[in-house]
Amino acid sequence: MRIPCPLCGTRDRREFYYYGSEDYLKRPSDQGMVEDLDNHLFLRDNPAGVMRDVWYHEAGCGAWMVVTRNTISHEVLGSELVAKQKEA
Amino acid sequence: MPELIAKTALAGKKLVVSGTVLAEVDHGMVSSIAPYPGQEDVVGNALKPLGFGFPAVNSFAMNGVAMIAWAGREQAFLVGADCPDLSGLAAVTDQSGGWVSLSLQGPLAVQALARYVPMDLRLVAFPVGMAARTPLYHMSMVLLRVAEDGFRLMLFRSMARTAWHEIEVALKTLAARAA
Repeated sequence: MRIPCPLCGTRDRREFYYYGSEDYLKRPSDQGMVEDLDNHLFLRDNPAGVMRDVWYHEAGCGAWMVVTRNTISHEVLGSELVAKQKEA
Repeated sequence: MPELIAKTALAGKKLVVSGTVLAEVDHGMVSSIAPYPGQEDVVGNALKPLGFGFPAVNSFAMNGVAMIAWAGREQAFLVGADCPDLSGLAAVTDQSGGWVSLSLQGPLAVQALARYVPMDLRLVAFPVGMAARTPLYHMSMVLLRVAEDGFRLMLFRSMARTAWHEIEVALKTLAARAA
């Protein structure tokens, strides 16, 4: 499996560390319901199709990125820097 | 103040296998430069007197013994030169004692690295002048292509002897296979 790093280009999967669903980037407000935090931490969709995950280029440039992939075809559709999202 | 003698990790070790040379390079001063958000161009201008700017992603530049190499997202290593004053512009840390620099040059260089590096090292994919963060075996590395058959490797100093051992084994295996 190869993952496209927005900086380094396409690299082998073993250079990356898998963090989890993109949901982890969307932390609910600390003032909100405790259920929201519970959902944020523990409840995950398990889609048959396109899914977005957070990966870390651990043995490479050290960038966090969101990788879009298809769980049916195993196709990797693209990636973007988490830092870019934060700027936007 | 007592005079302390800076020693390199491998005491200038050198190995020649079938015309391929593996040697430690005394890199002198190494500074990690991480520009604060939006300051990359200003940092680049401050570096101009050294003969280069802040490097683009996956690139490096040399000017005499001084070199600047991309070392990660919004980070570069200035090697072989004192870092100009970048206070307020970038986070600068002295990395001189934390790394070991190796040069690997010769006909077996690409094949030896290919055993440990999980990226495409052919000239079309990794041309001269390109820099990459990629592991050597399990060790974090800054890899620079300085010539068609020549590389500069920067690895953690604590793993200098392991890295040397791995590359030595690869070179000797390749040479034995050809013999």
